[in-house]
Amino acid sequence: MTRQVLLIEDEPHIAEAIRFLLGRDGWAVTVLADGIEGLAAVRDRLPDLVILDLMLPGLSGLEILKALRGDPATAATPVMMLTAKGQGRDREAAERAGANLFMAKPFSNAEIVAAARGLVPPVASP
Amino acid sequence: MPVTALTGSRVRERRLALGVRQADLAKAAGVSASYLNLIEHNRRRIGPAVLTRLATVLGIEVGALEAGAEGALIEDLRAAAAGDAGARAEVDRVEDFVGRFPGWAGVLVAGHRRGEQLERAVAALNERIAHDPHLSAALHEVLSAVSSVRSTAAILAETEDIEPEWRARFHANLHGDSERLAVGAEALVAYLDGSDQAAEAGISSPQEEMDGWLAAQGWHLGQVERGEAVDLGGLASGAARELARAWVGRVEADVAAMPLARFQAAMLVRGADPARLAAEFGVSVMAVMRRMATLPQGEVGLVICDASGTLVFRKPVEGFVPPRFGAACALWPIYAALARPMLPVEAVVHTLGRTGRRFRVRAFCEPRYPDGFGGPELREAAMIVEPEPGGSDGLQVGSTCRICPAGACAARREPSIMTETTMGF
Repeated sequence: MTRQVLLIEDEPHIAEAIRFLLGRDGWAVTVLADGIEGLAAVRDRLPDLVILDLMLPGLSGLEILKALRGDPATAATPVMMLTAKGQGRDREAAERAGANLFMAKPFSNAEIVAAARGLVPPVASP
Repeated sequence: MPVTALTGSRVRERRLALGVRQADLAKAAGVSASYLNLIEHNRRRIGPAVLTRLATVLGIEVGALEAGAEGALIEDLRAAAAGDAGARAEVDRVEDFVGRFPGWAGVLVAGHRRGEQLERAVAALNERIAHDPHLSAALHEVLSAVSSVRSTAAILAETEDIEPEWRARFHANLHGDSERLAVGAEALVAYLDGSDQAAEAGISSPQEEMDGWLAAQGWHLGQVERGEAVDLGGLASGAARELARAWVGRVEADVAAMPLARFQAAMLVRGADPARLAAEFGVSVMAVMRRMATLPQGEVGLVICDASGTLVFRKPVEGFVPPRFGAACALWPIYAALARPMLPVEAVVHTLGRTGRRFRVRAFCEPRYPDGFGGPELREAAMIVEPEPGGSDGLQVGSTCRICPAGACAARREPSIMTETTMGF
């Protein structure tokens, strides 16, 4: 089965690059740019992995993360947070709120693909 | 027995001389025995209210218990010793020291104070850099563009079998990001060039200092609710203490006119409408707004400005952050209220920017004539800001022009350091 990843990121060019990279690695990638729509989409689609930017319009990445962890349907969904250098305090808060992994911008392409694989290993197709 | 210089010791001496038990004195003075014990051993400073009660129970003038100048010196020396535990100062002989070398003791205390002052100044500078909205917005802009460039360039370099349409798209993205990077880097350099002027103007304005002091207490002065005196010692500058004293005076009047429990109950019954609550309590609408925004654990933001539009009070809420310095967005409804005194202004606004939110704001302006009919008219306007989730409509407002991402804005005063990026696809 194809692994589903939902990317919530409001920087269109970064979102496009990640969509390309993970698409090539066999993921089905959905991209949303707004926090409120993003949270609704996670609840609706229940993806295998959520990649979440920390600073988003509507709802911040931290608030989305807290909402996901508070909902039994998404409490265990792996969440990768995209942070920028200098957001140390926010990162600590996200760590407490239950983020699985942090990826600091600017990230390397190999890093982010490997991190996604690490959180949801590909299943060998029969 | 020699009279010691410290208030706590004097309380203890007097109590023992009268043959009163510690527990009995504590009970009579309305404090716990353990607290009195700390006081008697000079481990806690005594507030004026408690000191008065102790003096009454002990049948002695307050002045006889109060530490003199020597006592203050001794307390400062103890503080200095406590701050440097490794130095093993002979704390038990501190009174002897002050008695024999009052000049040297003064020098030591002055040095200690100066050290503390400098520490505060460094902390304030750090804080300013960490929270400077211009700097963090400019850096974020550059960092975002760099992330995109790095990732996109690597895709183009490393993907041999990339489809032509993807390749074209990534090239366009790269072009857009490099433009954005150039503008962002320029903005950063311009900012850093100008920042030494700001440093000369002082670490922070008294206004900023007072806002920081209130923020550290969650904007709620619990001491006033409990009828206790407010300690302004945390404020470094006399100007900030002056501002804080004026604010505390207003809070005291607000608390007296709108006691907490009654006010919260009225909010439940009447709703959080400042005009209705003002009628209920017989106070001004502005007083209700101040009270609403400074309740314990409140999620209500408040800005107050004077007739010039200068913000004189700024309490942020998540997603609505008044500029720490400089002028605010001209579209804020508080300015509509400022132009029409005594008319309530209510609006739903949507803050622009990366962490934008929707809020219901209510603004009101009241003129004052402190010098009577012949004197000038002074105006003060306040605006309370409450989160209003759901929907995305509402008047689009920013924080301040320099960091506002709005593209075409009729009210813009100066260009933004944030560039509008056009999507490459």
